[in-house]
Amino acid sequence: MICLDNVNKDYLTRVGPTRILRDVHLTVRPGERVGILGRNGAGKSTLIRLVSGAELPTSGVIERSMSVSWPLAFGGAFQGSLTGLDNLRVICRIYGVDATERIGFVEEFSELGIYLREEVKTYSSGMRARLAFAISMVIDFDCFLIDEIVAVGDARFHAKCNHELFVKRGDRAMIIVSHNAAYIREHCSRAAVLVDGQLHHAGSLDEAFAFYDRTTAIAA
Amino acid sequence: MPVSADGTANGSLAQSWRIQRRVIWALLLREILTRYGRHNIGFLWLFVEPMLFTVGVTALWSATKSVHGSNLPIVAFAVTGYSSVLLWRNMPTRCIMAMEPNMGLLYHRNVRPIDIYLSRLILEAAGAGISFVVLTLFFHFIGWLAFPEDVLEVIGSWLMLAWFGAGLALFIGALSESSEAVEKLWHPAQYLLFPLSGSGFLVDALPVQAQHYILLLPMVHGVEMLREGYFGSQMVAHYSFAYMAIWNAVLTLLGLSQVRNVSMTLELE
Repeated sequence: MICLDNVNKDYLTRVGPTRILRDVHLTVRPGERVGILGRNGAGKSTLIRLVSGAELPTSGVIERSMSVSWPLAFGGAFQGSLTGLDNLRVICRIYGVDATERIGFVEEFSELGIYLREEVKTYSSGMRARLAFAISMVIDFDCFLIDEIVAVGDARFHAKCNHELFVKRGDRAMIIVSHNAAYIREHCSRAAVLVDGQLHHAGSLDEAFAFYDRTTAIAA
Repeated sequence: MPVSADGTANGSLAQSWRIQRRVIWALLLREILTRYGRHNIGFLWLFVEPMLFTVGVTALWSATKSVHGSNLPIVAFAVTGYSSVLLWRNMPTRCIMAMEPNMGLLYHRNVRPIDIYLSRLILEAAGAGISFVVLTLFFHFIGWLAFPEDVLEVIGSWLMLAWFGAGLALFIGALSESSEAVEKLWHPAQYLLFPLSGSGFLVDALPVQAQHYILLLPMVHGVEMLREGYFGSQMVAHYSFAYMAIWNAVLTLLGLSQVRNVSMTLELE
């Protein structure tokens, strides 16, 4: 289970601390798929980084009693001067798993061929995204955090990612943040809406979408 | 409590220690790869680079017959002096602005700023240490340098200097995350501290009044101690172990609290 209790997050700006998230409560049980809808700048990525543990809350408590992934499909987590393979090895060492038996999977899934042994800085953005997704499937987690994953590669690769994540890992918990209501509807059983740093819980998916539509309409 | 491959469910101290060791090792190997690559001599640069520095300074000082206020052999003088400079100068330099190139890795929960600092410190200490040992053995082998009189004292004072370098590096490095001025100030500061650090002179050769002031600098104590271990019977060393230890401890505490601050206020992307 993941439990956020009264979580606040400030970022320092030139005009002093600015509250990005306020009084956030969230509980995610094993196997649950929770969508978090929000417009740009609502605090979605901040929320996912707090849940992942990469950043710490200014106040409040975050408890994790299941293993939680890093924010997935994030393409920038690579050392450009290292090869794709060396980047895989670094991640495997950090998580204490053996890299050699996973090279085959990454090779096949990322479709990078000989480029897996070239420096990542020579990759196109599509190649980076493919490598990022393949590597994030290498470590096993109870809960996956997914931050706007939609933009990975072409349609065929996209379908392959969806199969790997939502079918093969269908029994895992997931938190998906997106501004795309259709994406959330397709993959989540429950949704909440983030508006100006406050997380609004809804009784059902439809209620959440209705609420999200209202908030975007007001803004427009 | 389900713990999968990444073993991150909050566990015992022993488990945290195991994770930390694993992460630091991963960062260490990655740092070696990104800094030295797989080209030419690869990771050997780790200690070849500081060795070249020390050899260069030794040659320079020998050629100019540097006045260092004693009739000690210049080689012994330069090797002990420059090896200690490498510690307190390079460690902070490597820790300044260390977060930015590692942002990507900080997305992994178990990678904390302290791990990045520690891996860099271990690497610097290893480079400076290996270069020191190799040079000592090499110069000894070709007969330019007598073996240390008190090996234990040499090791002890080297560790004190390394501790000083590490404490200073944590403090300055972490501070540089909140103010860019730190980086700008460190460059002139380390340049100006070099001639004052005791690497190029013996404290005993200074006027008594100057000794008093120069001994305010903690690294001077370390170099004096190091030299006493090397050739103590040929010189009078001036140092206070306690004074340096207090400096080291205070710097370490300030450094750790500053690193904690970096952890708390870390903003990714």
